[in-house]
Amino acid sequence: MSRYLPALSRLAQALGLLLAVIVLNFLLIQLAPGDPVDVIVGEMGGASEEVIALMRADYGLDKPVLTQLAIYVGKVATGDFGYSYYFNQPVLTLILQRLPATILLVLSALSIAVLAGTLLGIFSARRPKGLLSHAVTIFSLAGYSAPVFWTGLMLLILFANVWPIFPVSGMTNIRGSGGPVGAVLDVAHHLVLPAVTLATIYIASYSRLARASMLEVLGADYIRTARAKGLSERRVVYGHALRNALIPVVTMVGLQFGQLFAGAVLVETVFNWPGLGRLAYESILRRDYPTLLAILFFSAVLVMVANELTDLAYRKIDPRIGGASRRRRRAKPQPKGASA
Amino acid sequence: MKHFLRPLLAATVSLAALSAQAAPEDGGTLIVGSTQVPRHFNGAIQSGTATAMASTQIFASPLRYDAEWNPQPYLAESWEVAEDGLSVTLHLTPGATFHDGEPITSADVAFSIQTIKENHPFQTMLAPVESVDTPDELTAVINLAQPHPALLLAMSPALMPIIPEHVYGEGDIQANPANLEPVGSGPFVFEEYRQGEFYRLSKNENFFIEGRPYMDEVIVQIIGDPANLVLSTERGDIDYYPFAGSPRDIERLQGVDGLIVTDEGNDGFGALNWLAFNTAKAPFDDARVRQAIGFAIDKSFINDRLMAGLVSDSTGPIVNSSPLATDEVETYAVDLDRANALLDEAGQMPDGDGIRFTMTVDYLPGSVEMGRNLAEYLRSQLRQIGIEVEVRASPDFPTWAQRISSYDFDVTTDSVYNWGDPVIGVNRTYLTSNIREGVIWSNTQQYSNPRVDELLEQAAMENDPAARAELYKEFQQIVVEDAPILYLNVAPFFSIYKEGLADMPLSIWGAASPWDEIYWE
Repeated sequence: MSRYLPALSRLAQALGLLLAVIVLNFLLIQLAPGDPVDVIVGEMGGASEEVIALMRADYGLDKPVLTQLAIYVGKVATGDFGYSYYFNQPVLTLILQRLPATILLVLSALSIAVLAGTLLGIFSARRPKGLLSHAVTIFSLAGYSAPVFWTGLMLLILFANVWPIFPVSGMTNIRGSGGPVGAVLDVAHHLVLPAVTLATIYIASYSRLARASMLEVLGADYIRTARAKGLSERRVVYGHALRNALIPVVTMVGLQFGQLFAGAVLVETVFNWPGLGRLAYESILRRDYPTLLAILFFSAVLVMVANELTDLAYRKIDPRIGGASRRRRRAKPQPKGASA
Repeated sequence: MKHFLRPLLAATVSLAALSAQAAPEDGGTLIVGSTQVPRHFNGAIQSGTATAMASTQIFASPLRYDAEWNPQPYLAESWEVAEDGLSVTLHLTPGATFHDGEPITSADVAFSIQTIKENHPFQTMLAPVESVDTPDELTAVINLAQPHPALLLAMSPALMPIIPEHVYGEGDIQANPANLEPVGSGPFVFEEYRQGEFYRLSKNENFFIEGRPYMDEVIVQIIGDPANLVLSTERGDIDYYPFAGSPRDIERLQGVDGLIVTDEGNDGFGALNWLAFNTAKAPFDDARVRQAIGFAIDKSFINDRLMAGLVSDSTGPIVNSSPLATDEVETYAVDLDRANALLDEAGQMPDGDGIRFTMTVDYLPGSVEMGRNLAEYLRSQLRQIGIEVEVRASPDFPTWAQRISSYDFDVTTDSVYNWGDPVIGVNRTYLTSNIREGVIWSNTQQYSNPRVDELLEQAAMENDPAARAELYKEFQQIVVEDAPILYLNVAPFFSIYKEGLADMPLSIWGAASPWDEIYWE
């Protein structure tokens, strides 16, 4: 029994966190002025008082906020995320339609950021005062500092307008792409610009981190030992140092997963990428509470899953970790959790 | 043998077509770009251009309109208004069917009118309709409690889709799944909707107008970000971009080869940009203060500079191109002396720093030019007559709507649609009975003038067009004089499309009318 205790307590923690996410988000949304009926009426070009009252009653918006909250939590507990006021569909259907696009975008961006960032970091760590190292620093800091929607628009103008080699909008060519192979290539073609845009902010984090961590590891005793053994520089760097230098990078991946989701909102809007981020943006503007709450809920779940996966990845990379949970916690910064 | 004959046959047919003065060619796909996400496709219970554009392709209506406000036969091949104005008889086109093959009958027309009357947000549109008689399958008689000339425009494609009773008749219509998978009567058949991405329509092979539509397929791509939509249009990914409204975007696309950019059509919407006062709040309860601000504003600067000369002037509550509009009104040509004199007269004397009073300007979020830029212009311009302007931004529409509809404002910019007949879109802004707290685009100015109420009531029932125009003329003169609202311009509603597309919908309802005539040259 006691063997399962840590797992159970983690599960309880996770459920508590999710409840907090729901309640906090629900109350936060209520703070924004106006409600979905205001928006729907606005887009209809006005409506009579009776129609408005009818809509409010239909959506349960005439009830006190705490009653609405209780009803909502009860429904979510049974897996019912409600009906979108604005989009006129079950929220779950909407989200499941959009989820794959966002996961594809976020994972692609993450892979680009981790690969490019780490490689750049390692290169610059090998000659920390060299020209390449400085170039990497400048490039990555510029990418980090630029607002992501601006980077997106610049890439759009450059690669979709001035030198039109990439599509500007959406995930597929609406005029058709011809066959299953064509369809995959079509999506990949559409994916390049948004994924690169989203990755630019994070390349900086990874390259700085990989560089610092690599520098530290390269100064360690066992690296000197490895060099003393007469191993080639290549084996020293990639065989011995890299594995250890990667640990902070993996931590970062877990930490940044939530932020990537936040970045996806902007990137998806700029590139018209049909994912959760754009849905979130549209739901905020339209005060579509059920849709927005469900998106935040699913993002929280995804971030939590990502954190768990990060923990598992640690154990693979670093055999020292993986014993008592207390030691593991000391070994890495605590993930911030669901701050999507 | 067959293979041999076919090209020959085709050649003969196309020769025949040529001699018949280049008949429109069948076929092709039309890709339309829009920033708006439709909630669903049932225009009987949902207004707004996002739904209207789709709904008018999927559903036919009794009448359609040309560019000069003239009704044209559509699903009704003819119609009569009774002598006393208390009934309107529609004669339906024989043989018309819904997309599922069922015939369109007068019972469907009666059902549609009833549904719209009960559910459509524009309650004034069909309010006087008492019942619809169906003496036979192809005749519908609309019985009215009082003469209702607005009914003819209310039978437009955007406002009166004829929906099948056998599909929408059961249960709560708001929750009917067919709102998202419509079964229609119009030129195009609904195929699929990828929420927030695109919807696809295909040619209705059994459309009741012989030979139409010409397009095989229509896809409306939803691109939420306007900058992205402009780029897509520039690249040629989009064939047709209706309802373009941003002057910068329009100017940019005007310079692109192969694109036609026109402001023809769309008069029916009559989207007026204006400044509205909270007339219940001092000092804006004094008409002289409102008029003074009117004389201080240089409309030509707003329209030529801020709006790049792409808008037409607006001088009153009814869009100037409407047959019911008058130009015999005060135009508020800029006159700072007169503005100062009016403010003095109203007792708003300047203090030691030359400041008479401070006012807050709100703006409708969405348009940069008619929003923030206009508000900033007012700040510098009105300082000249001693009015200190504080600009207050709203982050999004609901925030703004909440402020205005709860009367928490001094002056706001706004954009309000005429929707064809004054009864549908104009009255709501001025009627005393429509001062309704919490309802945006009601009479949030809280303007009240018994004579105006009287005139609007009479005009709504006046069947004689000339007499009706006369009543509206007096109404327009009073409202412009009282100045609860200062009219600035008619919002740009441009249609942008590729060269090679012909017979685009440039009627008073623009893209919210059937696309059955469009073809690729």
